[in-house]
Amino acid sequence: MIALLRRDLMLAIRAGGGFGLGLAFFLILCVLVPFGVGPAPATLAKIAPGILWVGALLACLLSLDRIFQLDAEDGTLDLLATSPLPLEGIASVKALAHWLTTGLPLTLAAAPLGLLLNLPPQATPWLVAGLALGTPALSVIGTFGAALTVGLKRGGLLISLLVLPLYMPTLLFGAEAARRGAEGLDATTPLLLMAGITAAAIALMPFASAAALRMNLR
Amino acid sequence: MVAGFAPALHPRGERVQVKYCIQSHTIYQITVFVTQHATLPAPPFPVLRQSAKRSGMDYVAHDLACARGDRTVIAGVSFQLGSGQALILRGPNGSGKTTLLRCLAGLTPAVHGTTSFTPDDVAYAAHADGLKAQMSVTETLQFWATVFGAADVTPAIEGFALAPLLSRRIHTLSAGQKRRLSLSRLVLTGRPLWALDEPTVSLDVQAVAQFGAAVTAHLATGGAAIIATHIDLGLPDAAQLDIAPFRATPQTDTDPFLDEALQ
Amino acid sequence: MSIWKYANPTQFMRTTRWLLPWLSALAIMSVGTGLIWGFFFTPDDFRQGSTVKIIYLHVPSALMAINAWLMMLVASLIWLIRRHHVSALLARAAAPVGLVMTLIALITGGIWGEPMWGTYWAWDPRLTSFLILFLFYLGYIALWQAVETQDTAADLTSVLCLVGSVFALLSRYAVNFWNQGLHQGTSVPVATGGRTVADVFFIPLAISMAGFALMFVVLVLLRTRTEIRARRLQALLARERAAS
Repeated sequence: MIALLRRDLMLAIRAGGGFGLGLAFFLILCVLVPFGVGPAPATLAKIAPGILWVGALLACLLSLDRIFQLDAEDGTLDLLATSPLPLEGIASVKALAHWLTTGLPLTLAAAPLGLLLNLPPQATPWLVAGLALGTPALSVIGTFGAALTVGLKRGGLLISLLVLPLYMPTLLFGAEAARRGAEGLDATTPLLLMAGITAAAIALMPFASAAALRMNLR
Repeated sequence: MVAGFAPALHPRGERVQVKYCIQSHTIYQITVFVTQHATLPAPPFPVLRQSAKRSGMDYVAHDLACARGDRTVIAGVSFQLGSGQALILRGPNGSGKTTLLRCLAGLTPAVHGTTSFTPDDVAYAAHADGLKAQMSVTETLQFWATVFGAADVTPAIEGFALAPLLSRRIHTLSAGQKRRLSLSRLVLTGRPLWALDEPTVSLDVQAVAQFGAAVTAHLATGGAAIIATHIDLGLPDAAQLDIAPFRATPQTDTDPFLDEALQ
Repeated sequence: MSIWKYANPTQFMRTTRWLLPWLSALAIMSVGTGLIWGFFFTPDDFRQGSTVKIIYLHVPSALMAINAWLMMLVASLIWLIRRHHVSALLARAAAPVGLVMTLIALITGGIWGEPMWGTYWAWDPRLTSFLILFLFYLGYIALWQAVETQDTAADLTSVLCLVGSVFALLSRYAVNFWNQGLHQGTSVPVATGGRTVADVFFIPLAISMAGFALMFVVLVLLRTRTEIRARRLQALLARERAAS
């Protein structure tokens, strides 16, 4: 399993792996928003938590279809499925690799990008904590979406349709926490609720992903 | 040495079971596996006499039916294979060789029938190489060795003459070299039954001979192999099984939506 | 004989063939009675005037929008556990009906909301969760369309339906946290324990709800029959190909 994680990270970092693509997208989105809504600091401060969260969500979505698609195309997935590794474990490791290459960099980049969007400083810790707790859920749920669409020729668009409604609770609590933080309120409650969703998703979604993979390999 | 395979028999009793399997074949499969596996009936067909001296495990498949997608492609396939033996699958394109091998490897559950071995005994090599262009040969071998818990990658390197390629990235390899690397994974699995789908595609004459030698070496250690191929691999003792006659017919097809449409 | 015998396509076709005309007649009668009674023979509401009459469309369609998903969930579970093909096709047939019911609920809600709340749309928890339900229906139908192998499509959509149900429920309560609602409480007494709607309005509403439920059953059975015929055709064509 650790070997699989190391292999996935290696593939992501090497040429053509698409590492940093999500991050670059996140950056561009945050740069574009002020052009769209105008540079007034008050407006930006008001919408910054939401923009940062929606941006993180979309950046996550961008790399989802690569999770299984590449392995399925070159036959690696068949071989992994016949290996002693359980498919549940494979799905978990793939989600972890996705988080390490997408969710973690996004979390780290959120604070400086918050400055760009004039995010109130008291909101920054809440935003970063929210992303740190929420992006793992985005990765495991996204892995499920990728597992559902692995056999399809043009699964990329379908993934967004399947996965985005599933992201709703995480987005809602995450953005709410950052918004409360921006108003100087305590945001522990939404953060804890989101952590609960993340914990449940990490515990249960790999089974759903593995089931979907098994069905698709048939 | 006898090398004969009778087409599977469909006694009346089994047809009733197939009918039931139309309604819920998952549950049915499990039941049958438990009951029939314990008391596997004497095969009603000539059996390969074991040529190997050691008496290892026998690999028996009884009345297998395998599906691709919604359709049962082949039905009634039976074979018995002792350790040290190879079985060559023959048949025109689309006759179900790949389907059968995927079924043996556990990627698709069998629609019907039993096997005496589990997918964990089977090392599967598909059409696709399953290699990543960005990884080096050593990294690839190390990765699969770790996945399958193999301690040492040298048998794979020696068996497929990979030593000169070790430090190269896979995108610099030729198709034949990739194929050899892909097949060398079989050694790393440490599994006794090899299920190979057209293993010699894009191999040159020398590499085919090398591959034949690797299979022979595997058989000599008590393994077995089922190989779908069109060419001669230099395995004189190998039995042949033409699977074209096992192609699913309307009688063996279990599509649940055919029941009334047929009337 | 157990209930599972209807999982056989032949048996299902045979039973629904004589059941459908009766059910259709009953559905038309009760939907007609409920709506006509509601629209023309009930008094105007003391405060809302005649706008209240949209309740006879809005509440039944909202009810069926949720129950259609519930029915799909049950059918999906039956498919995953017992692999009855008719069950998978029932779930497939119910999805577009549920989608349309959700759409009707959303549109009639908007039309009702404008005179009452002064807006067609508000990010109220109930409205939002219906919008999310709508997205779930879209995703579910899209997945059915996208996967070519029918059994695999049934498998995958069933898993999606299971996971989606959990997340739909989660979203339903998450949006409560997020925004306080404009929407009134439920009008259905089973949910509240007591009546919130006077009898004079409630009786035609109940008839209308029963009518919508019947209409849903009729549409789903009709669509399932079509799906079964389509699958038979497919099976026959595949057999022709195999024979040639």
